[in-house]
Amino acid sequence: MELKEKKALQAFAVRIRMAALEAIHSIGSGHIGGAMSIADVLAVLYGREMKYRPEDPKWADRDKLVVSKGHAGPSVYGTLALKGFFPYEELKTLNKGGTRLPSHCDRNKTPGIDVTTGSLGQGASQAAGLALGDKLKGRKNRVFLIVGDGESNEGQCWESFMFASAKQLGNLVVMIDWNKRQLDGYTDEVLPMGDFVAKMKAFGFDTVKVDGSDVEAIAKALEATRKGGVKPYAIILDTVKGHGIADVENTEMNHSMPVNDEKYNKWMGELKAELAALEE
Amino acid sequence: MKIVYNGEMDSRLCKEVIGATIAEIVDNDPNTIYLDADLMSCDGTLKWGKANPTRAIDCGIAEANMAGVAAGLCVAGFRPIMHTFGPFASRRCYDQIFLSGGYAKNDITVIGTDPGVTATMNGGTHMPFEDVALYNVLPHSTIIDVSDPNCLISVLKQCVYRPGIKYIRVGRKKLAKIYEDGAELEIGKAVTLREGTDAVVFAAGIMLHEAMKAAASLEKQGISVAVVDCFTIKPIDADAVAEWAGKTGAVVVAENANRHGGLYDTILEVLGERCPVPAACVAVEDEFGEVGTQDYLQERFGLTAQHIEEQLKAVIARKK
Repeated sequence: MELKEKKALQAFAVRIRMAALEAIHSIGSGHIGGAMSIADVLAVLYGREMKYRPEDPKWADRDKLVVSKGHAGPSVYGTLALKGFFPYEELKTLNKGGTRLPSHCDRNKTPGIDVTTGSLGQGASQAAGLALGDKLKGRKNRVFLIVGDGESNEGQCWESFMFASAKQLGNLVVMIDWNKRQLDGYTDEVLPMGDFVAKMKAFGFDTVKVDGSDVEAIAKALEATRKGGVKPYAIILDTVKGHGIADVENTEMNHSMPVNDEKYNKWMGELKAELAALEE
Repeated sequence: MKIVYNGEMDSRLCKEVIGATIAEIVDNDPNTIYLDADLMSCDGTLKWGKANPTRAIDCGIAEANMAGVAAGLCVAGFRPIMHTFGPFASRRCYDQIFLSGGYAKNDITVIGTDPGVTATMNGGTHMPFEDVALYNVLPHSTIIDVSDPNCLISVLKQCVYRPGIKYIRVGRKKLAKIYEDGAELEIGKAVTLREGTDAVVFAAGIMLHEAMKAAASLEKQGISVAVVDCFTIKPIDADAVAEWAGKTGAVVVAENANRHGGLYDTILEVLGERCPVPAACVAVEDEFGEVGTQDYLQERFGLTAQHIEEQLKAVIARKK
């Protein structure tokens, strides 16, 4: 990857974090930890890998994204706003009455959201059904699925993985956001999931693990899924919950956090400085 | 549409009718698709399904995933029909049907076989008395308790193209023949099987046959009872309910389900709001299921013509 493209993707990831922070600050608190940890993969997906049309969000042959950890909505909304699916200013309506941007992703409300999620595990099955349906319709697209590591406590995830493998859904790419924390603390303390790479391989997936904050590594892993085939793909994203905002990263219980004006100003200042360095 | 009820059973097993109807629907419309959870040999779809593996998707014993896959298929542009036994088609995948299906506006047709006492030898673990109540509180849902094989064919064909979640509860064995072959029943419209002046029975599913037997017995005793097929439990035909309640002044509801949250509660709502008259029910008195023959279980849970007859007499006695 050219340095220029890498820097552009990194800058996009910072902008996604800024947008998510903007949205969460507007309502005073939100699921900031898990929103931050997927900003980099979202930047690569929407900045490089996925085919989509912001002016025609329901275009049938588009690549689809299912964010099964639906509480990461703010990052997804930030990404979609930055790509022109709806006005950036609308991010400030997050969770307000009548908004098109609810805390958990909703396909009937938000332009660009493909699948409704929120009850953990359910996005995984829907993604499998969507990938099967697209395949049966003869579409050449891919379905990308982001699952949380805590979310994978849900047995439904593993039911869907068995199904995807059995039905040879080579158009499905499962990305596990292995950020090591869930609502009550560290995943290794709440319900250890063991070795995701070994598990996904055992479930029949073409599996790699990458540094989930390294846009170049993510891009390379995603590029390898373009060839399709008879095995679904799994990319284990080695991430840090809250990544990109030091104070959030360093807060142990960072699943959902209040964001007051003081924190917002400090964190936004840090992100702006990072962006400036990338874009100079 | 002609009512041909004469007390005889239809010659067909409902299982065969389910299988043939699903195959017909899916073969004729490439945008429909069928899903099962390792029970295709139980609803008559196995042979067809094995010959059409891209049209009939066996999801294995994973009902929650099946419901989610059905929702995903909706997003991809399909109209899915999914089947498993009633308890697994309701309790086992309720959150998935509720959110991935209903809430997300993915229109899925769910067939739950062996409702209530028709689960017989599979016993209490497989005997859903609560499935109706669960689907009742799923917004914009449709609930069908199939009254005869021709009702099943007509309703299933409509459900596939109807918005929202459609839940069809139907046994796999024989049902009494009520409607002529080729009958078309309109979802949401109750059908009067028998007119009467002293009381009315609103019944659904296997309880229609019991209600007709009770009405015939009472006729010999000089009591005139109307029988109405409420195969659509939701949306209830409130006009028909209010009309017959008004005409007769006494109501019995007969259902093969828990008395709470099902047809009885639904009809009491209509009566309370539009036509308050004495009412009673013949339904499961808030109990879990158990194993046995259907005859034994109908007796055990009080779901017979005799019970309906007793309730009819009691409710007529309460008329002012």
